[in-house]
Amino acid sequence: MRKIAIAASLSVFIAFLIATAFLIHPFGQPPSQMDDYIIENTQSETGTDNVVTAVLLDYRGFDTLGEAIILFTAVTGVVMLFRARKKGER
Amino acid sequence: MMSKIVRTMASLLILFTLIYGLYIIMHGHSSPGGGFQGGAIIASGIALLIVAFGSDNIHKSLKEHHLAILASVGGLIFIGLAFGGIGTTFFYNFLLGSPIFGRIPPSGPTHADIWTGGVIPLMEIGIGLTVLAGLAAVFLVIALASAEREEEE
Repeated sequence: MRKIAIAASLSVFIAFLIATAFLIHPFGQPPSQMDDYIIENTQSETGTDNVVTAVLLDYRGFDTLGEAIILFTAVTGVVMLFRARKKGER
Repeated sequence: MMSKIVRTMASLLILFTLIYGLYIIMHGHSSPGGGFQGGAIIASGIALLIVAFGSDNIHKSLKEHHLAILASVGGLIFIGLAFGGIGTTFFYNFLLGSPIFGRIPPSGPTHADIWTGGVIPLMEIGIGLTVLAGLAAVFLVIALASAEREEEE
């Protein structure tokens, strides 16, 4: 019973992958005009020459905020785990 | 602590590492790079110092709570600048057009002018502070813990 369930879910997954491979848009033709807009308007809208930085810190600043929060949380956890213990404290 | 050759070379190399890291942070809005990359470079310089001089000697002048304060200040700069444009939207580039980093470059290929970008270079500085202090604190704390364990054994 369990093997049948695994086989069924796997075949559904593989069928999904094959369908995606046929439905995907052709290489070099992006599905939206958003990247053209960003490349044309980065310098006038954000004053930045580097398009990647403009996307990271201006158009999608929330994403970078999340990255910084992840890094800060990881550092907090590591420092808390390895902090210098007082003598006798375990 | 390693040999005198390693210590001399590390104390020379740390200058170039710090300058290169600051360059990467400050030019993040005009060339490849930015806060994360430059902060990681500076933190690697601090890791070099920890390896060369030993974590106990570094810990005399560089405490982890100082680094924690620096990382928090960097994060607060970033979030504060994001809230600065709240009059329009969150993460609005409110410094564009002002005398501080306010120049707008012409479209197309330009010279890399550093006084452009509005809040973006300042956000890079904030992220750079967070990353360099955070990674340096992680290196320092783990090195101290492993040195302590070696002493116990």
